[in-house]
Amino acid sequence: MRRAGVPVAFSQGFTPHPKISYASAAPTGVASEAEYLEIGLQRPVDPADLRKALDAALSPGLDVLDAVVAGGGSLAERIDASRWRVELPGVEPDVARAAVSTFLAASEVLVERMTKQGRRVFDTRVAVTTIDVIERTEAPSGVAGVPCAILEVVVRQVTPSVRPDDVLSGLRVVADLEPPVPPRATRLAQGTLTAQGEIVDPLEADRDGTAIGERQPEVRPAVR
Amino acid sequence: MSAASAAAERSAAMTVWPQLEQLLPQVSKPIQYVGGELGAVVKEWESAVVRWALMYPDAYEVGLPNQGVQILYEVLNELPDVLAERTYAVWPDLERLMRTHGVPQFTVEAHRPVGAFDLFGISFATELGYTNLLTAIDLAGIPLLAADRTDEHPVIVAGGHAAFNPEPIADFVDAAVLGDGEEAVLEITEIVRAWKAEGSPGGRDELLLRLARTESVYVPRFYDVDYLPDGRIQRVVPNRPDVPFRVHKRTTMDLDAWPYPKKPIVPLAETVHERYAVEIFRGCTRGCRFCQAGMITRPVRERSITTVGQMVKDGLEYSGFHEVGLLSLSSADHSEIGDMCSGLAQQYEGTNVSLSLPSTRVDAFNIELAQELSRNGRRTGLTFAPEGGSERIRKVINKMVSEEDLIRTVVTAYTNGWRQVKLYFMCGLPTEEDEDVLQIARLAHEVIKAGRAATGSKDIRCTVSIGGFVPKPHTPFQWARMERPEVIDNRLKLLKQAINSDRSLGRAIGYRYHDGEPSLIEGLLSRGDRRIGAVIRRVWENGGRFDGWSEHFSYQRWVDAAAEVLPTFGVDLDWYTVREREQAEVLPWDHLDSGLDKDWLWQDWQDSLTEFEQDDCRWTPCFDCGVCPSMDTEIQIGPTGKKLLPLTPVNTGLRMPAGTGH
Repeated sequence: MRRAGVPVAFSQGFTPHPKISYASAAPTGVASEAEYLEIGLQRPVDPADLRKALDAALSPGLDVLDAVVAGGGSLAERIDASRWRVELPGVEPDVARAAVSTFLAASEVLVERMTKQGRRVFDTRVAVTTIDVIERTEAPSGVAGVPCAILEVVVRQVTPSVRPDDVLSGLRVVADLEPPVPPRATRLAQGTLTAQGEIVDPLEADRDGTAIGERQPEVRPAVR
Repeated sequence: MSAASAAAERSAAMTVWPQLEQLLPQVSKPIQYVGGELGAVVKEWESAVVRWALMYPDAYEVGLPNQGVQILYEVLNELPDVLAERTYAVWPDLERLMRTHGVPQFTVEAHRPVGAFDLFGISFATELGYTNLLTAIDLAGIPLLAADRTDEHPVIVAGGHAAFNPEPIADFVDAAVLGDGEEAVLEITEIVRAWKAEGSPGGRDELLLRLARTESVYVPRFYDVDYLPDGRIQRVVPNRPDVPFRVHKRTTMDLDAWPYPKKPIVPLAETVHERYAVEIFRGCTRGCRFCQAGMITRPVRERSITTVGQMVKDGLEYSGFHEVGLLSLSSADHSEIGDMCSGLAQQYEGTNVSLSLPSTRVDAFNIELAQELSRNGRRTGLTFAPEGGSERIRKVINKMVSEEDLIRTVVTAYTNGWRQVKLYFMCGLPTEEDEDVLQIARLAHEVIKAGRAATGSKDIRCTVSIGGFVPKPHTPFQWARMERPEVIDNRLKLLKQAINSDRSLGRAIGYRYHDGEPSLIEGLLSRGDRRIGAVIRRVWENGGRFDGWSEHFSYQRWVDAAAEVLPTFGVDLDWYTVREREQAEVLPWDHLDSGLDKDWLWQDWQDSLTEFEQDDCRWTPCFDCGVCPSMDTEIQIGPTGKKLLPLTPVNTGLRMPAGTGH
């Protein structure tokens, strides 16, 4: 922010903090092409300029794709699901398909993970709205020459949050699916989940016909 | 070039990233291994003629902010035909995985294998990084012993303050550089460049010989050490013609000509310091007898107020940091420190930039400076370092602070709005008795009493922080015996009781200390000779890593390794640590020239025993420590009489990338 010269607003008090809030940030160790954040500003700026300036100030691989002036409501209210792609090098697609069917057939899939509140047991099945083994459209990253199943999963925002590794734990619990090498997860999208199971870009509502005014711009960087 | 080394070059253009990336989800804080920092430089492998891997042998979070590495990194990468990348110590969790999966020690920029570089430079701020050196060498696939290396392997060069006695790691490094690195790395680079251009005549041996001939690069293999029957060193002599008897330290004069770092590295991961740091001067002549940094970095060379102002402006703009550290060994001693602090405070008033001035002395002037720097409001804590608890021991160590000065200064801080003051002391100093350390409790009580009286408030605190004394080479205390850990630990216990002997005062005093055991091992390594190399190796083989971290350090592992290895040489751990040396003894670093005259050091050691104080040559006549004449240097100080001008308003709007109008 400082490198880009963004006139970011600060909280009051003994230790002023910049007003930046992240909505459902991706966990450590996964890739993402769809992260969102909100920035409070001292004065209006042009969102297109803001996008360019921030993008230039960030490290390679951290790209700011779009920025809009925020409309009503918080960003978090518009995000209730994520779509993930999970590559499983060394796993035959048919094996993955069988595991997915077992997972879908279950009414509840309990897994265990350490959270900040300690060890928690929670249901992964309820958070998963869709899970498919997709046909391979491109060579997956990593080592070539081994089979690689690719999952696409839509996970709803629940508490505690269900992450892609939790879904994989669920597949291990119900179907003994054990990837031989660490899987690679990428968040492809997040936003509002429609009745049809589509994810709507949370910036969409603010994109057209919104005057640049006194409201807070949101910046949407994609992280990879 | 041999076929094998050509193959090594080709493989180096490749990266270990695909293999490494798979391991990262399984380790803690993986972000420390991914690079991508602002200021990081990635060059085409083939574009460079000379390639350096630079290491700070500790975890990324500690190593990244290191000024020395950042300066050399930038100086080297400014050369079009030179490439420098950084590498840090990997934590044991990743080390295990790297061994299992055959991933070598890598640089964080392009994740290239360290073993493929021409030079592998390691900066040692402390001797406790030696075991991490061995991990890095071994993970890089380089033979541990310099003698076993071939033309395929990088030349391993040690630098930093610990390199003023590199004898304990003489078996593992190919060369060591004493003193300032800016010009030294350029000289080494030029030698490697020329040697490669000639087709690398004579291989590794010839290259090392060319480095040794500079008389400022120490190549241990060209020197033999003979021992007396009682274990002391008889002599250290060159074992081939053409090699100098003594190796001299480098001194970079005119710091205004070297305004680095210009483009500080800004990490994505959290690190111990997140600030733009400017060295306002280098060297110190206060003459504190325990202080190796003050002895080996002479003479004092100031950076001018205007250069500091420009560096701060450019550095903040480039990095986006909001904290500035004005570094040196005794910052309030800069000839223009008053104007510098008020000028910077004025320039950044009303912004979120905060300024800090570590390493200040104990006097009221320091409070004035701190007030200037904290204009924007925050007065969290001030630190003073009287170092010794009793007036007597402060004379021994030449830290000229009287008890009245100290109390007056701290009370001034309290009355000016500071609520928390930290006092730093050492334990285990030469001639120290229990009583000297117990005086610390009395001092702290006096400080609180005086502070309460002056402010009329009970809401003031002081923290007493105790470090262990470690005698260092090239200081007047290089001959001193260390105290045994159990004596130190007992003194620390007595001190704690003394602090709490008055409940009301004790409640306002925090107490922090380090155990005596790690200091003893640091002392073994700091004054060790080549025979200590076998101890380091044994400790490392038995799992020693990250010895500077209390949760990783094992005293027993060092004691056991010393007991196993040293008797074969007729010496032991005590011989290196709790034994006082005599004047005539050949010290392991005598052939390494810091500029200090050994006779002067001995005289200063004798003066300390008679509690004779030595003035600072910056303001009083030269006391003949020997550095300036032998190194052909001189004190460079101001004042320049210049002032910092107000900055044109910053925050003028978004900074757009060049070439993208709208």
